[in-house]
Amino acid sequence: MALIDLANPTRFLALTARLLPWLIGVTALLMLAGLQQAYMAPDDYQQGATVKIMFVHVPNAWLSMFVWIVMTAAALGTLVWRHPLADVAAKAAAPLGAAFTFVALVTGSLWGRPTWGTYWEWDARMTSVLILFLMYLGLIALWRAVEDPSRAARAAAILTLVGAINIPIIKFSVDWWNTLHQPASLIRSGGAAIHPTILIPLLIMALAFSLLFLTLHLAAMRNEILRRRVRTLQMMQAAGRA
Amino acid sequence: MLTGSYAPFIVSAYAVTALAVATLIVWVVTDYRKQQNILHDLEARGATRRSSHTNKPSETAA
Repeated sequence: MALIDLANPTRFLALTARLLPWLIGVTALLMLAGLQQAYMAPDDYQQGATVKIMFVHVPNAWLSMFVWIVMTAAALGTLVWRHPLADVAAKAAAPLGAAFTFVALVTGSLWGRPTWGTYWEWDARMTSVLILFLMYLGLIALWRAVEDPSRAARAAAILTLVGAINIPIIKFSVDWWNTLHQPASLIRSGGAAIHPTILIPLLIMALAFSLLFLTLHLAAMRNEILRRRVRTLQMMQAAGRA
Repeated sequence: MLTGSYAPFIVSAYAVTALAVATLIVWVVTDYRKQQNILHDLEARGATRRSSHTNKPSETAA
């Protein structure tokens, strides 16, 4: 099957039906392995046992930005190539991105209380991630508010492209401003600043959450294609009765 | 290992994560069943898509 064939929703649904059981199995196994490794990981010499929160906070924080990048690529697909699957991909990703961002905010807050002494601080990193969460909610509301799917797709794509400016702000906020949030300790020049006993469980959990996103995204895209087929049939029935 | 003064923060973080993941899974599964049921109901009442007759590979409309 050529990659271009996936542009056909019927073929996309067939591929999804074959892929999803394998993805669910691999994701579940990797998540269990990651949780086991996270449980066995030693305490940090500075943060103590609270370092275990990192194994769920960091993957969700990464995904909160990655999902928006996926939606930005899909927005280009909607505006430039006007491909209906591009809007399907973006619309299916938004609730997932919102959930990952919510988890990143809550777990970060729960990590901040014992390490920084506060649940929340209006610093650049936390504020920009909160703005990202609100943008996800705004996009979801936009898709629900506009009845015509093609108009909703164009409006959502423009909003997504404008919102993409927030992604580098989130990433570099810890370098550009003086923040309570610590600077990058993994993706940075000079290599990771984390001991392998903590780094390996973190990478396994990151891979598990990335596969979880892929699995849920494919399933949500399948649902969105079915929803549009339902809408088309209902409109055809209504037109037939008129 | 999950004892001490930090335990409530760690357990709460994992509980929130598990709840969010479970919510997403339930949403995806129930939405799929709902759309499938509506689609089967419509098809049982005779509604069919034009593409189900022609099934052109170049078709892109969902």
